[in-house]
Amino acid sequence: MSTATPTPVKAERGVLTKKGLQADHPTWCPGCGDFAVLAAYYKTLEKLDLPQQNIVTLAGIGCSSRFPYFVNTHGGHFIHGRSLPFASGVSLGRDDLHVFVFGGDGDGFSIGGNHLDHAGRKNFRLTYVIMDNFVYGLTKKQTSPTSPQGFKSKTDPWGVFDRPTNPMRKLLSSGATFVARTHATQIKHMMEMYERAALHDGFSVIEVLSECVEFYKGAFDAGNPRKGGAFETIDEEVHDVSDMAAALALAEEPWPGKFGVYYETQQPTKNKLEKDLVEATRQKVGHKSDKELLAKTFASMR
Amino acid sequence: MPHNSANPIPAREELIRDAVIRLAGNSQDGIQSIGGFLARLAGRSAQEVMTYMTIPATISGGPSIFQVRMGTGEVLSAGDEADFLLAFYQHSYEDHIGFLKEGGVLLYDSDHVKLEEDDHRFVRVGVPISALTVEALGGSSREKGKNLFALGLLSRIFKLDVGKLREIFKERFGGKAEDVLRNVNLAFDAGFSYPIDNVLDRYFSFQSEEESEGPPQVTMDGNTALTLGLIAGGVRHGAGYPITPWSTIMEMLRQQLPRYGGVFVQAEDELAAVSMAIGFSYAGRLAVTGSSGPGISLKMEALGWATMAEIPLVVVNIQRGGPSTGLPTNVEQSDLLQAIHGSHGDCPRVVLAAENVEDCFYIAREACQLARKFSVPVFVLSDMSLASRIEAFDEPDLDALMIEPSLDTEDRPADFKPYDLERITRHAPPGTWVEGGVFPQVTGLEHDEAGHPSANPQMHAKMMKKRRSKIQQIAAELPPSQVFGDREGEVLVVGWGSTWGPIRETVIRERDCGRKIGHLQIRYINPLPNDLGEIFSRYEHILVVEMNDEGLYGYGQLATLLRARYCNPAIRSLNKTDGLTFKIKEIRQGIEAICPSPAATLQAPVQA
Repeated sequence: MSTATPTPVKAERGVLTKKGLQADHPTWCPGCGDFAVLAAYYKTLEKLDLPQQNIVTLAGIGCSSRFPYFVNTHGGHFIHGRSLPFASGVSLGRDDLHVFVFGGDGDGFSIGGNHLDHAGRKNFRLTYVIMDNFVYGLTKKQTSPTSPQGFKSKTDPWGVFDRPTNPMRKLLSSGATFVARTHATQIKHMMEMYERAALHDGFSVIEVLSECVEFYKGAFDAGNPRKGGAFETIDEEVHDVSDMAAALALAEEPWPGKFGVYYETQQPTKNKLEKDLVEATRQKVGHKSDKELLAKTFASMR
Repeated sequence: MPHNSANPIPAREELIRDAVIRLAGNSQDGIQSIGGFLARLAGRSAQEVMTYMTIPATISGGPSIFQVRMGTGEVLSAGDEADFLLAFYQHSYEDHIGFLKEGGVLLYDSDHVKLEEDDHRFVRVGVPISALTVEALGGSSREKGKNLFALGLLSRIFKLDVGKLREIFKERFGGKAEDVLRNVNLAFDAGFSYPIDNVLDRYFSFQSEEESEGPPQVTMDGNTALTLGLIAGGVRHGAGYPITPWSTIMEMLRQQLPRYGGVFVQAEDELAAVSMAIGFSYAGRLAVTGSSGPGISLKMEALGWATMAEIPLVVVNIQRGGPSTGLPTNVEQSDLLQAIHGSHGDCPRVVLAAENVEDCFYIAREACQLARKFSVPVFVLSDMSLASRIEAFDEPDLDALMIEPSLDTEDRPADFKPYDLERITRHAPPGTWVEGGVFPQVTGLEHDEAGHPSANPQMHAKMMKKRRSKIQQIAAELPPSQVFGDREGEVLVVGWGSTWGPIRETVIRERDCGRKIGHLQIRYINPLPNDLGEIFSRYEHILVVEMNDEGLYGYGQLATLLRARYCNPAIRSLNKTDGLTFKIKEIRQGIEAICPSPAATLQAPVQA
């Protein structure tokens, strides 16, 4: 998958533009839903106008996980399934950064499924975008954890019979403090979800239905009005986003379900709790220097 | 009971250089704490000390021993046999009497132990330890406190410094309820005032050594020393997952790091632990992760990423018996090749091995330095025996050794490249502005100098060389290897890790017997020092001593490596996998097997 590296447009400190955010030309297939996911990310960053050097774009492995190469921010392309713990370390080590993680359904719901539960429970301050295409694309059409029953893949040529993961239910039960769902063909909605997720203080996660035109064409037509489907958004006058039971009920709605913020709550972040612990502990030890503290520990072992 | 205090023959004082005292009981009897008190006392009395313990792999209870070797002069190993055995139970007596040397003292709890009538090889001293402890503390205590009663007895027999012991009790129990310290002293006093002279015709006293002028001694186990070494090396972040015998390091880091403004995370699994640690390091905070064999296996993919992405990281492996869950509470050195080669692909990284408790501190600190300087993962290998044994050593000079961590987010010039082929990688962590505003990518895909994916065949070869040459540069910068004993001769005994003590003691004894023999302990396993070939050429035989299997071809893991590098047929291997540390006599037999001593050769015809 080698690609010619175009010279990125140079950015100026303090001026965040789309051109300044573009990097390598994306390697995705023409028509891939991921292009729109990327475009919406550029636009959201422009709108948020964060210091560019403080934005970090991270990913695991998969088509979607090539993301960091296409964005001119500090970026890291980690291993399959482990982008969340990697990003958690970045976030916890450096509270001044804005950490965004991109990945696919394989990364999030299969090989890295366990990390989702714990990143949610610990409420690290970061945003995780799962670009769900219901199929393994990079490895060319094997069954994914979200492939619906009956889907014919190379590993289930007679049609998938394992029940798929319910992504929203999984995200809700992870303990994530912001859970939303959007569709790659609805760029405005996508941007709105990104923005709210980025501004949420805690672990925010978004499922984006992003079509794989090569191996699962038409998978998300039911949620796309231009293909005869219905893009039904959540009315927050009616749906209380702090109501977990209501959110779970939304997750159980029949395909294609609703789009928008399912759940949002404010819980102390791991970042804050650890910072508070450090502050209280530093206070307790009288803000002594590291050398004095270690010398004291040694003295207690004489 | 001979409670009559009249004692016609005064007990005789025996001056000793050192003593091996084995305490055998059950794990809940607190024998580890008596051992700990003795070790600390020795440390404060300018005596050398080394401890050795076994704990059962059960949740609670089960037979357990704690062995203390203390004395004047250098104590190098825990001792092949005991001078003194304290047996709390019948099983303690039966299982450990074979370890007591002939003429040694067997002190036993006569409430629990029935001796074999006609075994008169030992000085047998029965004391109703259980009953007297209950008597001293009152009925509700049951037998709790008999460890301190026993310590009282030992203090009397070995003329220990009771004042110093009481200070240690006060430090240990002073913060607790008042009656705790009182009971400790009551139990101790009951043991100390027991008229042991009636049943034991001698007491021992360590040859006094002049108090040295040097720094004070500190007393701790290997895992504690390693943890403090990481802190001195500037590690303030890390992540781990519990596994014996690594867990105590992560517990200490979790409790200690907030004092230094840092954080340690207990992750959901080993994969998350290593990934989080790499995340910290990528963000500019040098981090540690660690585990024991099984957990290290799980970390291997991510560690490969750290080599590829050139991320500084410290990885600790407190080895135990493998494979698989293996012998979780026994010692083995069988993860050496895993540390070097455990990840897929050609994946060079640094591997260091600590040789004793003191070295756990220094090597952990050095690992931090190397990781930072060369932007590379560095393994620190320790093992079960080092993890839990207690030694006393000179307090490190923190003025010279302390490394304060720093976050480098200074602006980088426009030509900044994370993977510059001409330089050793020094990443610009997130938060760093790059002039011209092109930001670096850090990746596990093969990449060009900017960090963008490249499958160009020449680029792969160049990057492979970049990752390899910096490790070779480390080798070029290593200090000269230190050979102990004869600089040339019949045998060079080579070891790595915790075999340092037994090998050193063996070599000293062999030299005393007139053999031309040297000892080389290799602390830098990968890269190996460049001067080994020349050193090896000065000896007729090179015996590599390690606690791992002889493998399919008759050579242990380090021996395999050394033979591959030096093609020197003089390199031989002495291995064992019984889950125990090497005894001096085992190494002496190994030496004798490849190179019979002149004395033995002379005797042979006489015997024939």
